[in-house]
Amino acid sequence: MIKLKQLESELTQVTKFREPKVQLEQYPTTAHLAASMLYTAATTYEDIEDASVVDLGVGCGMLTCASGILGAAYNVGVDVDPEALEQARDNCDRFELDADLVNLDVQELVVPADDDEHGFRLTQRLSADTVVMNPPFGTKSNKGIDMVFLQAAAGIAERAIYSLHKTSTRDFILRKAQSWGLKGEVVAELRYNIEASYKFHKKKSVDVEVDFLRFEVE
Amino acid sequence: MRLITHNMLQCHVKGCTTNNFPLQIQDAELETLEAEFNPGFVQRLIPKLHWGALYHTAVSLGIEDLPEQMPEEVTEDLLRAIHKVALETRVKEGKAVCLGCGHVYPISNGIPNMLLQDNEV
Repeated sequence: MIKLKQLESELTQVTKFREPKVQLEQYPTTAHLAASMLYTAATTYEDIEDASVVDLGVGCGMLTCASGILGAAYNVGVDVDPEALEQARDNCDRFELDADLVNLDVQELVVPADDDEHGFRLTQRLSADTVVMNPPFGTKSNKGIDMVFLQAAAGIAERAIYSLHKTSTRDFILRKAQSWGLKGEVVAELRYNIEASYKFHKKKSVDVEVDFLRFEVE
Repeated sequence: MRLITHNMLQCHVKGCTTNNFPLQIQDAELETLEAEFNPGFVQRLIPKLHWGALYHTAVSLGIEDLPEQMPEEVTEDLLRAIHKVALETRVKEGKAVCLGCGHVYPISNGIPNMLLQDNEV
């Protein structure tokens, strides 16, 4: 398998959002972060190689490119933004990766269902061994959207979910996840460096404390 | 979009619950791209596939490599046929149409547009 350093170096070729959309919280996942996440998923837990992998909120395709390079058998990226998907397509082409991309709003994937043991169901038949994602943190007008992503992931994943969430909401997330049949653990605590991509950021960059979480499907 | 992905998408317009799967592919421009054959993966995929949907979709696109009924015995020929149909055949342009409510999901540059209008959610 490819070495971590080499993976990160490859991923620096992935292009970032040309015009990030504030309302979608399109902060790019850095090559360093994507490489660390997916390399851990592939080597420590063996959840990537030969597996089917869904990327929720695929954006420019950073995590999906990492997953493809690490030998996933089948990759699907889902995003609400068609422009991001076009860019994800270009980035996958750069590595000659076969990823299917679907223009779908993750928020429309989950609906309440009284007859389900976890209280929800998916509106699509999506299923995969592994879900990887860097969801919007839901700090603006879309509070709670990170939990909708996690719920959708819970409906899709048969093995494991790899995700990034704000450290400040850790206890709440782990408790919620448990109610959806997920056993969560903190793999690493990170400082997520959000570059000043938007005009309203006065500082050059903002550090956010973020947990890299792995959820095992029980 | 490969046919494996088509096998996982259905109409999700509010209230559309009958005949909403599989979506019928129309005006398709197909493309076959060779992919690495991974027999272990295809074997694990079989129980997750909706066989009828895959079979009928393939036939509607003029692909006759699959048996109508999922055979009990899994041979390498079968794995290769599934690989070819589900993982190598892709819809580049066209539309996916719901036979229940008639909703049209356009497919452009290989990407199906599953977005709904506000009043359809």
